[in-house]
Amino acid sequence: MSESASSSPTLEQAAAATTPVRRRGTLRRLIANPLSAAGLALVLFAVVVALAAPLIAPADPIAMMPDLRLQPPSLAHWMGTDDGGRDILSRIIFGTRSSLLTALGILAVASVTGTAIGLAAGYFGGWVDEILMRITDMFLAFPALVLAMGLAATLGPSLFNAMLATAVVWWPWYARLVRGQALHLKQEAFVEAARVSGASALRIAFHHILRNCLTPIIVQMSLDIGYAILTLASLSFIGLGAQPPTPEWGSMVSVGRDYFLDQWWMVTFPGLAIFLAVMAFNLLGDGLQEALSPRLRR
Amino acid sequence: MGTFILRRLMFLVLVLAGMCVITFTLTHVVPGDPARLLAGQHASAEEVRTVASMYGLDRPLPTQFWIYVRDLLHGDFGMSLTDRRPVAEDLGQFLPASMELTLAAVLLVIVIGLPVGLWAGVSRGRPIDHLLRFLTVGGVSMPIFWFGIILQIVFYKQLQILPIGGRLGILDMEPPRVTGFYLIDTLLIGDWPTFGSALVHLILPASALAAGSLAVVTRMMRASVIEVLDADHVRTARAKGLLPAIVLTRHVFRNALIPTTTVLGLQIGALLAGNVLAEVVFNWPGIGLYAVNAIRNLDYPSIMGVTLVISVIYVLVNLLVDIAYVALDPRISYGGGKRRA
Repeated sequence: MSESASSSPTLEQAAAATTPVRRRGTLRRLIANPLSAAGLALVLFAVVVALAAPLIAPADPIAMMPDLRLQPPSLAHWMGTDDGGRDILSRIIFGTRSSLLTALGILAVASVTGTAIGLAAGYFGGWVDEILMRITDMFLAFPALVLAMGLAATLGPSLFNAMLATAVVWWPWYARLVRGQALHLKQEAFVEAARVSGASALRIAFHHILRNCLTPIIVQMSLDIGYAILTLASLSFIGLGAQPPTPEWGSMVSVGRDYFLDQWWMVTFPGLAIFLAVMAFNLLGDGLQEALSPRLRR
Repeated sequence: MGTFILRRLMFLVLVLAGMCVITFTLTHVVPGDPARLLAGQHASAEEVRTVASMYGLDRPLPTQFWIYVRDLLHGDFGMSLTDRRPVAEDLGQFLPASMELTLAAVLLVIVIGLPVGLWAGVSRGRPIDHLLRFLTVGGVSMPIFWFGIILQIVFYKQLQILPIGGRLGILDMEPPRVTGFYLIDTLLIGDWPTFGSALVHLILPASALAAGSLAVVTRMMRASVIEVLDADHVRTARAKGLLPAIVLTRHVFRNALIPTTTVLGLQIGALLAGNVLAEVVFNWPGIGLYAVNAIRNLDYPSIMGVTLVISVIYVLVNLLVDIAYVALDPRISYGGGKRRA
């Protein structure tokens, strides 16, 4: 702790000065790996599809067309139609929206809550740390999907509740991460210097510690977003997320299960969408982790 | 070792207490009117009041918590709203099927994941390593429920070589219940045809369930193997002329197992949760399928029962893994252990 005193402001300035350069380097390193580049491309594609859904979807994702029921893939309906005669491609396109939005929602709620708790625990230490971390451990003691299932069932089946339930089981990971960072950072020279120069606890916590936790938080979010999509799709599959006729990938697979032996396209394409989206984010997250912290290479 | 286990057991008590608080909050505090949930949507106000007093839901929250914990300690998870039987009885009936499926998946993960991870680690940078990396990223991204359905389409519909679901064929006789594990119970009475059928019925669900964890464990094993390969003791072992096979098994494999064990323990949580999805797809009569049926009927006591049971198993497994971790790591020896360089 006491080896700190010497050159703290310069350290911070140096860190600030190198940041833009490092960012450019990160992107280059990210694209250099073909798998990460593929992940990035797929993620960008998914984002464009989600944004432009109403413009590119060939048909209405919800309106029933009984005459077109259960048609196999054709030129008119690339991915076939479902039991309500709805175009599966259009439903998948609109499903991209809810999948991405809810996954982002989960991570936003989980990371903000977890960061606040982890920051408080790590910065204040002592009994605050002890209490907050024991609570965190309780939540971590549950298998995530099972607790989310119980919680979502209690709240009632809907996409919003599934999102909330998943966020509740997710924050402890961020709390742990940020606490660890905060514990380490609060002993750094520049934090000590800020404290000596009279900065308030809040200013130190947010301005000095939180800012330096952002990279690991972002890496963690990029690694988590795929799993968030997967968890939501799983909850929807067992009937706890989006309710029909909402176009959502997990519930589309669930409905398609009644028909899967003869109308294989009803389960195959929505499931493929989940698989590709999750894989894209996983590849990107892995690449980002490697590019930002080569020593963390797993 | 003794103090370590004791400390972990004390933490276990703390965790279990915390779990009770969380599930209590879920069942008694989060729902605006838990008595109405229990009585059902169509119950009259009078019925709701009866249910409330029957379950003590009209008392103050601390009293309710006391009743809740007392009942749990007596193995009383409440009555299932679906079949009007004690939830504990239902769980006892369906749990062995889930355990059999989970253990089969764990076995697949260990038997395939560890050697393949070792293989990938020693062939770092070669084409096979890249192929395995691609496969493992695919594995962790695979939705269990979708992979299960695809397996059904391929192996049941197209190739017609494996059954679509269930634990036994329609014509098979259920073995007399001893452990509830069909593979064991059929062996006990020497019923080989039924044993074979039970085994064949396990293949697809266990594979679907194992895929994700298999990928995670393989990657972890690869990473630890790479780390160990660079370690000094491996270089020494090679330098002193040990056979590569011996270096690989005795020095690399064993040391790489240590971090992998922890990951494997964490994966068991994922497998237990994934069970729910695999059981739905393969119509596997375990607690996962039971939970999903309970969800469809808004049967809260059953849902909470399953949540608690799975979580307690998960916590216990993690305890065992922690103990195994200490046992595996030669650097932590409790009296008289030899230290190998």
